[in-house]
Amino acid sequence: MLTLTHYLVLGAILFAISVLGILLNRKNVIVLLMAIELMLLAVNYNFIAFSKYLSDTGGQIFVFFILTVAAAESAIGLAIMVGLFRNLRTISVEDLGSLKG
Amino acid sequence: MSFQEVVFYVLSAIVLYSGLRVVTAKNPVHAALFLVLAFFSAAGHWLLMQAEFLAIALVLVYVGAVMVLFLFVVMMLDINFEKLHEGFWRHLPLAGTVAVIMIVEMVMVLLSPSADLSSMNEIAPLAEGMSNVRELGLQIYTTYLLPFELAAVLLLLAIVAAIALTMRKRKDTKYIDPAVQVRVQRADRVRVLKMDAEPRANADTDNNESAA
Repeated sequence: MLTLTHYLVLGAILFAISVLGILLNRKNVIVLLMAIELMLLAVNYNFIAFSKYLSDTGGQIFVFFILTVAAAESAIGLAIMVGLFRNLRTISVEDLGSLKG
Repeated sequence: MSFQEVVFYVLSAIVLYSGLRVVTAKNPVHAALFLVLAFFSAAGHWLLMQAEFLAIALVLVYVGAVMVLFLFVVMMLDINFEKLHEGFWRHLPLAGTVAVIMIVEMVMVLLSPSADLSSMNEIAPLAEGMSNVRELGLQIYTTYLLPFELAAVLLLLAIVAAIALTMRKRKDTKYIDPAVQVRVQRADRVRVLKMDAEPRANADTDNNESAA
């Protein structure tokens, strides 16, 4: 039988994978954004699992809002990246040090 | 093992494998496509948890919109991805350690008896005549109405911000400023001249001459 723990462990592993991705991809901003999306997915797993097993709809509504915010975030992030690429011809994180002073 | 468990483990394997491929892929197009696969399998998991509305929303919003946006951007930018992938595995010892520690910690917490998660083993069946969509709709349009409206405003904000960030003015295009068009007055365009009418002298003789 599927229990709450199944889903929570799956969410934890998925979250760890995306943390791994953020630490590994120190250069590529696109993959960094994708890893953030994966992280939000892992968080959503936890929300839905708790919401269902505790019979509380609030968790699922929160997931709804997280989806909204994540869509807005990735749209703006990609827009920033396009602007960045137009000005610098690169999206490597290492080259983005102009605010360092 | 029940049918649901088989589905769960197959979907979990797909989600975790495609998650790993997302973060390690050399080509970002492959990463985006694996992310699509991960989201799609996650929607399957959510269906398994009887969260139908969110599963469909995930497919529509993520697989349908956000990932297409990602693919557009990846294909639009002309980037040497080989160079970005240089020294990729250099951080593996640190990153791997962090990830493994996180997994071990979470599993220990979740499986420990004091977490007492084993009391929640079953999804309670919905009340008679209720569905997942109906349940969510009732909550969203009553208790969470204000946050719902704010989410709409947030999406509008994202549209405006994304357009404002990527729009650039081209100098060589000929376009008309609508504001100027609207502001225009009659006096700017039409000039009325006052002048005396000329007397028509010898009109008949002119006509005769041209006829001849």
